[in-house]
Amino acid sequence: MECISVLKELSVHTAVSGYEKSMADYIKESFGKDCDSVEEDRFYNVIGIKKGNKSNKKIMITAHYDEIGFLVSGIDEKGFLRFTSVGGIDPKILLAQEVIVHGRSDLLGIIGAKPPHLLKPEEAKKAVKMGELRIDMGMTPEKVREQVSIGDLITFKAVPFELQGKKLSSKTLDNRCGVTSLIEILKELRPFKFDSDIYVVATTQEEVGLTGVEIASYNLQPDIAIVIDACHGDIPDAPKGEAYALGKGPAVAIGPNLHPKLTKKVIEIAKSENIPYQIDIERGDTGTEAWATQVSRSGIPTILLSIPVRYMHTTVETVHANDIENTAKLAARFIVKAETEMEELLCF
Amino acid sequence: MLLKELTELNGISGNEDAVREYIKNKVSEMNLECKTDSIGNVIVHKKGSSSDYKIMLSAHMDEIGFIVTGYGENGTLKFKTVGGIDERILPGKRVVIGNSKIPGVIGCKPIHMQEREERGINIKLKSLYIDIGAEKKEEAEKLAPLGDYISFHSEYVEFGEECVKAKALDDRVGCAVLIEMLKGQYEFDLYACFTVQEEVGLRGSEVAAYNVNPDIALIIEGTTCSDVPEVDKQDYSTLLGEGAALTIMDRTSYADKNLVRLIYDLSKKYGIKVQFKQTTTGGNDAGKIQRSRSGVKVASISVPCRYIHSPVSVMSKRDYESCKEIVSLALREMSRNTDYIQTIKNGGTVDV
Repeated sequence: MECISVLKELSVHTAVSGYEKSMADYIKESFGKDCDSVEEDRFYNVIGIKKGNKSNKKIMITAHYDEIGFLVSGIDEKGFLRFTSVGGIDPKILLAQEVIVHGRSDLLGIIGAKPPHLLKPEEAKKAVKMGELRIDMGMTPEKVREQVSIGDLITFKAVPFELQGKKLSSKTLDNRCGVTSLIEILKELRPFKFDSDIYVVATTQEEVGLTGVEIASYNLQPDIAIVIDACHGDIPDAPKGEAYALGKGPAVAIGPNLHPKLTKKVIEIAKSENIPYQIDIERGDTGTEAWATQVSRSGIPTILLSIPVRYMHTTVETVHANDIENTAKLAARFIVKAETEMEELLCF
Repeated sequence: MLLKELTELNGISGNEDAVREYIKNKVSEMNLECKTDSIGNVIVHKKGSSSDYKIMLSAHMDEIGFIVTGYGENGTLKFKTVGGIDERILPGKRVVIGNSKIPGVIGCKPIHMQEREERGINIKLKSLYIDIGAEKKEEAEKLAPLGDYISFHSEYVEFGEECVKAKALDDRVGCAVLIEMLKGQYEFDLYACFTVQEEVGLRGSEVAAYNVNPDIALIIEGTTCSDVPEVDKQDYSTLLGEGAALTIMDRTSYADKNLVRLIYDLSKKYGIKVQFKQTTTGGNDAGKIQRSRSGVKVASISVPCRYIHSPVSVMSKRDYESCKEIVSLALREMSRNTDYIQTIKNGGTVDV
C-alpha cells in the first residue's frame, strides 16, 4: 500500500501545465535516493539519471507531472472570478466544486451554481458553459482585487479518498499515477547494473501539447523511450473497447505510434513474468507523449504503457494501486531486457 | 466548535441519529432534560419563571442526501435523492455511505468519451452511479446495503471574509442557534425542538408542534441566498452579509405580520443587521407549525446560505451572529414583557 500513500501525496501537489516549477523540487527529492544525479531543464522537466558502466546507449522513461487547471480571466463587479481552463475540462463537473485560487496566498474558492428554481426549463437541460461559471471568494470586490490578479492560477482542491480494494480517488491521478510508477521503477531497478544510461523523466506541459517531452527527448536523445500515461478506466457507460479494467494491469499500446518489435517484447515479458496486462489498440495518434517521442530528432523507438484511470479530468479520478505496481514491474523488466538485447530489438 | 461539529455530522432525513445523539449530549452537558418523541424529534423543555406562556424554537436536524436503491453488475451503487437536490451538481462529487461511512464517488463519463451532443446536455440523475471501489455486486451489497443513507462529504472550512463553506448549513445553523438560546433563562416556558424530516415534507415539526402546543413559534433556518452571478437582481432572495432574513411568506407559510414586525423593529432599535427574504420560494417547518391544533403564531428567522442543498453551501459568520442576536433579543424582550406574547396571540401590534 506504500504506493497509495506516495500517489496520495503526489496528487495534492499542484503543477498546472506551464507552472510546474513549484512541484519540481518535490519530484527531484523523490527521484534522488535512487539516482546518481537529478537535473531540471528549462521547461522544469525533472530528469533522474542512473549512469551506466559504458554509457553507450540511453533509455528514457517518461510520465508527465503537469495537471489540468484554470486561470483567472476576470473579476466581476461583485467580486466573483471569471476563469478559463488549462487543458480539457468538462464544465458539467464544475458546479458546486471547491477550488484553490493561487493569489497572493492560496485561497479557497467555490464554484457555485445558479439556484435550480431560477433555471429556465431549457437551462436545466442544457449543460452549463465554462463562461457562465464564476468563483465565489467570499470577499468584497475590493478585497478580491487586493488578493487576486488576472492570470492567477486555479487548481481543484485535492481531497484524496481511499476506496475499496486498493483504489484511490483524488485529483490529478492523470498522470501522478505515472509519476508514482517512475518512483517504483527506480526501486525495481535497484538490484541491477547497466551498461546504458537510464533517464527517468517527469515531464511538463503534456496537457497543453506534449511540450515538455519534446524538449526532454531532444536534449537526452535516447535510443528507446518508454512512455507511461493514463488511459480510461472501465466505467458502466464507457463506449466498448475504449476503457480498461482497473486492477488488470497496464494497457500495452499497439499501433503505428509504437515500435512493433519493442511492443512485442514487452508483451512477451509480461507473459513470461506473469505480470497482468491489457492490450490497447491505437490506430494513430495515441494522444500521449509517445506521439512526440517517436519523431524526436532522428526518431526514437517508443513503447506506451497506460494505467487505467476512471473519470479522467475530474476531481474524483480513480486508480488501482496494483496497476501502478504492475506497470512499474513490467517497465523495469523491459528495461533490463532491452538493455542487453537492444541492437537486435531495434533493427527492422 | 459547534457549527463545525454539527455540519460534519451526517443526518439525512429519516436517519438523524448522529445529530440527535450530538444534541442530546450537548443538552445534558448543560444540565437540561430532553425528550425524544415517537418520530425522533428532540424536545428540550426549559421551565420559565412563571410558565404562563410557551414559546417554541424549531430547527431541523436533517439534511438532504441520498439513499441506496440498487447495484450495477460491476459493483456500482444506484441511488435516489432524499430531499431536493439539483442533479446538475452531482457528477464528480464525494459521498459517504451508511453509518460505517464507506467512501464513494459519483462517477461520470470523462469529457474525452462524450459524443458532441452528450457534451451539451446535463447528465440525468437516473444515469448516475456511485463507485465505492467494489468489484462485484455482492461486495457492494455487503458494504452498502439497500436503504443505506448517503451524504455528501464536505469539511467545514472558514474562508474569504468571515465566510464558511460546509454541507448541511441548512439547518445545522438553526440547531446551533437553538443550543445557544438554551443558555438563557426566561419568564415563559421555552421548548427547543430539534426536528426530523423537514426536507421530505416537514414531517417532524408537525408532531413536535402538536406535542408542545406553543403560543408562539420561531423557526430558525438556513435559507436560500441567490445574490450570485447569472441571477437577475429582482430574483435575489437574500443578500450575503446583510444579516438574518425574516420571511413574510413562502410556499408553505404566511408568517404572523405582527410578530415579524416586532422582531424587525427590535432588530432595528438595537442596531442589528436584518433583512427580509424577498422571494416567496421554498418553505420550512413554519408551514406545519402554523397549522398545528388551533393555530400558532409563527415567524422564520434565517441565515442566508448560497448554494444551499449542495456540499459547498456558503454563509457569512456575520449573518449567523445576527441571527443569534435577533433570536436572543426577541426572546429577552418577550420574557421582559410577556404581555407582548398575549398581544401577538390576540392579533395585536406591539410598539417597541
